[in-house]
Amino acid sequence: MNRRPAIRNLLIALTALCLVLGIYLVAHRRGQHNSVRSSRDGLRNVPNLSFTDLNGNSIHTADYRNKVVLINFWAAWCVPCADEVPQFVGLQKKYQGQGLQVIGFSVDDDAQELQSFYRKYQMNYPVVASDIKLADAFGGVLGLPTTFVIGRDSRIHTKHNGATDFSVLEREVVALLAAQN
Amino acid sequence: MNIPSVLSRSLVFHVSIFAVIAAVGFALAQDAAKQEDPLPPGSTQVMQSEELAQALKGERKPVVLYVGPKSIYAQAHVPGAENIGPVARPEGMEKLRARAASLAKDSPVVIYCGCCAWDHCPNVRPAYAELKKAGFTNVRVLYLESSFGTNWKDKGLPVATGE
Repeated sequence: MNRRPAIRNLLIALTALCLVLGIYLVAHRRGQHNSVRSSRDGLRNVPNLSFTDLNGNSIHTADYRNKVVLINFWAAWCVPCADEVPQFVGLQKKYQGQGLQVIGFSVDDDAQELQSFYRKYQMNYPVVASDIKLADAFGGVLGLPTTFVIGRDSRIHTKHNGATDFSVLEREVVALLAAQN
Repeated sequence: MNIPSVLSRSLVFHVSIFAVIAAVGFALAQDAAKQEDPLPPGSTQVMQSEELAQALKGERKPVVLYVGPKSIYAQAHVPGAENIGPVARPEGMEKLRARAASLAKDSPVVIYCGCCAWDHCPNVRPAYAELKKAGFTNVRVLYLESSFGTNWKDKGLPVATGE
């Protein structure tokens, strides 16, 4: 049997698929721009803060000692922030048993829109209506989304400015969960 | 005739055709989306951070209107910028219209937000469209690719704080 035409067709198909994939990846990267910027400079302690979440629960940062915490400043009106929420929900579900806690700090959201978003996306972590004091306590948040990765040692290990690369974030979470205080 | 071989060849052929059509369609859709953007980066209606910082030192300073969320403005904003608020919301748009009504149509006006990445900002494009519709002839938008923090403050450009 002559296999050459089949091999040729297969090569054409693979080339076409690579083309599709290439175009998609280039376009995706172009849309995200500086989607991930992490900095590890100046590891500092999480400030001692108390706040109340959407469900009326009191939250104190001191309660999360020995946990890995992701603080995500976001807003329901911010498209890249909203896109991330299902992934934070997924991380919370996957790693909560190992000591991960996600906390969402909503920025300038309308209270009703926020409640509706919270229910729609079945957010499984506390969400707090943020204010300037909270943003200042984390050294300022001048763009959304912004995510802080906090280790079991209560120190801020990484800050992600802009849309997060969740493969990077998950690796950081796993590494910090594995680390002993 | 070897039927599996014919089927396999036919499948490969159809997958190839589908992949090529998908690739071309995707590329065309991307280009169309880019062309529709009224504020493409690098165009004359878009201003770079350094250019605005320089303009603010000049004699005829532009009117700078901030159209993003208040918490970012309160933490840091372009010195002299007026806080209009997010125009994606009706109250912000009303405030922009009210402010625009008190300006001459040929006033140099710079709009900015920087709440999130340029491509996703819900405020600058509606604000720009509104001022153009109102007849403003000298309106530009500050290009903040990622955010106000990354593309202004982190560059060491001057900021003011407070509401």
